[in-house]
Amino acid sequence: MNLETIVRALQLGVKSGRDRLGVEVRGGYVGDLLSDVMANSQEGDLWITRQIHQNIVAVASLKDLAGIILVRGAEPAEDTLEKAVRENMPILTADLPAFEIAGKIYQMIYPPKA
Amino acid sequence: MSTCNDWMYDGSFSVAGGNFEEAGKVSGKIKTILKEMGIQKNVVRMAAVITYESEINIVSYARHGIIRLRVQPGHVEIEALDEGPGISDIRLAMQQGWSTATDKIREMGFGAGMGLNNIRNFSDIFHISSDVGSGTRLKMIIRIPQEQDG
Repeated sequence: MNLETIVRALQLGVKSGRDRLGVEVRGGYVGDLLSDVMANSQEGDLWITRQIHQNIVAVASLKDLAGIILVRGAEPAEDTLEKAVRENMPILTADLPAFEIAGKIYQMIYPPKA
Repeated sequence: MSTCNDWMYDGSFSVAGGNFEEAGKVSGKIKTILKEMGIQKNVVRMAAVITYESEINIVSYARHGIIRLRVQPGHVEIEALDEGPGISDIRLAMQQGWSTATDKIREMGFGAGMGLNNIRNFSDIFHISSDVGSGTRLKMIIRIPQEQDG
């Protein structure tokens, strides 16, 4: 499933990386501890977090993540956004909290068998 | 055994203590270098985790540090050498969840006491030594598996 499908379905705001929305989302990871995300996220994961500072872009780039979703109305810090634009890393925003965003994306990626 | 002049790559990168804005830059450079050398993806990923955590440790705790990358056909070697307070009890510092991080560091999602464990877990060989009041030295080796069929 590509990122754009998820962006449309969940009506996410697109703050950066608009031309990378065609990227394949292979899974997801939820976390606000950067070392946890560093150790346990996988390439192609969509990262759901409340962290807004610029180090999230470095982590997402180093781990080849599909993008970052900031939840519950969080907005990226100014320097985060600059860095994300430079590195062409999609930063998306959602009004819903992490639990609901993760649940919705999980159902989209792994739909329940009828 | 190898001699000092058969490295495919040998380079050092400076990391400034306290500079969270630049944190991750050296790791990004090292990842790019390894990728461009055609090193296997999994090895590049392990190196990225190791260098990032080393970089964050230098930025969080030390005055200054150097990350050195050396590559041979069979392995990648990463050293992180810093000038800083050092670690008085390495056994304690290696415990998952143990950290001396300040609130400022924790607010950014660091300082969860996972960094050194991540470094050890993503290395095939891990060595740490430290002198209180002087600095800490980490040496990590990642083996490059020999590919059987191109």
